Amino acid sequence: MCETCGCTVTRTGAKDAATVEVLGRLLQTNDRVAAHNRDHFNSHCVVAFNLMSSPGAGKTALLEATIDVLKADFRIAVIEGDLETDNDTQRIRAHGVPAVQITTGSACHLDASMVHDALHDLPLALLDIVFIENVGNLVCPASFDLGQHRNIVLLSATEGDDKPAKYPVMFRGADLVLLTKMDLIPFLDDFDPLSAEKAVRDLANAAPVIPLSARKAINLEAWEDWLRAEVAGIRSSQDATSEPHGIHHHGHHHHRPAVA
Amino acid sequence: MHELAICQALIAQIENIAGRQAGRIRQVHLGIGPLAGVEPRLLADAYPLVCAGTVAEGSQLEIEETNIRVRCRVCGAETVATPNRLICGACGDWHTDLLAGDELLLLKIEFEAREDVAEVAHV
Repeated sequence: MCETCGCTVTRTGAKDAATVEVLGRLLQTNDRVAAHNRDHFNSHCVVAFNLMSSPGAGKTALLEATIDVLKADFRIAVIEGDLETDNDTQRIRAHGVPAVQITTGSACHLDASMVHDALHDLPLALLDIVFIENVGNLVCPASFDLGQHRNIVLLSATEGDDKPAKYPVMFRGADLVLLTKMDLIPFLDDFDPLSAEKAVRDLANAAPVIPLSARKAINLEAWEDWLRAEVAGIRSSQDATSEPHGIHHHGHHHHRPAVA
Repeated sequence: MHELAICQALIAQIENIAGRQAGRIRQVHLGIGPLAGVEPRLLADAYPLVCAGTVAEGSQLEIEETNIRVRCRVCGAETVATPNRLICGACGDWHTDLLAGDELLLLKIEFEAREDVAEVAHV
């Protein structure tokens, strides 16, 4: 075992060259920081959700509607990832919850260390739920575990019901798929929620698929029920393994990565 | 283009390992599955750029692309699958577990021998 990076290193002795067999995950550094973030969340009994979608699928609108309903029961904060601007952060703050903006510049995804930095700007001890709104992108964010407990992927009615087949890596890792902007279905003749669900099942993914509209408040109850059930379930496992607050653990944990 | 970020993570790992080895790096072997979310060609394009000025400068990147295999929870068959149809190839059920195909691995680093470096240094 290599003491620096933890990978399995063996030397094979050829005469003219040395070959090092490694077998290490390329993103093991990110994975280690993600596990560390997860420890942060767990030690504060905070549940973290990673929201991913293409740009404009309605992540921020969904969060706005969700915060209004849930803030009576849960202390919520949001980490916003965008290439530029803090527009979304301002939208979230207007609903009375703390929000931290990560401006990624040209980076097309959030990684675990960006989220780690943002965590230090949040009062974790005073929170129940952290929503991480990833950069709008159905490709790159799928490869980076952030330390979240659950992945939520949004697919809007205007995008087409075959998106899961086109972006299998992203949709395979979803713990919940939300079909958004369902109020537009009467105007679109080519989006079938059942086809979208079948495309998710073809990825061997049993995740619930919930159609809703944040703007028109259609079926938000199903999404809120899912959230409440997940928060309750995750918190009961956190209580079972609860650790003292404020201690940094660097051990290796076998949690579910962003996209396994 | 997260391949650039992945390439940077790769070079950091190579530098960690190379720090304890003598000799220049000749070749680096990766294993990448279709469900890793990484485009091998883009990674290969980024590699020489990210290598410049590091211990891996001038080395070759070999990418081994693996297949997707699933095991059916219903009939137990192990079959080959494609990225957007991970269903059982035998009975067609979607309740399958992935056996292979999401790897993103640094498999092997080949170094030139210590003597070669000494000769180069004397030229």
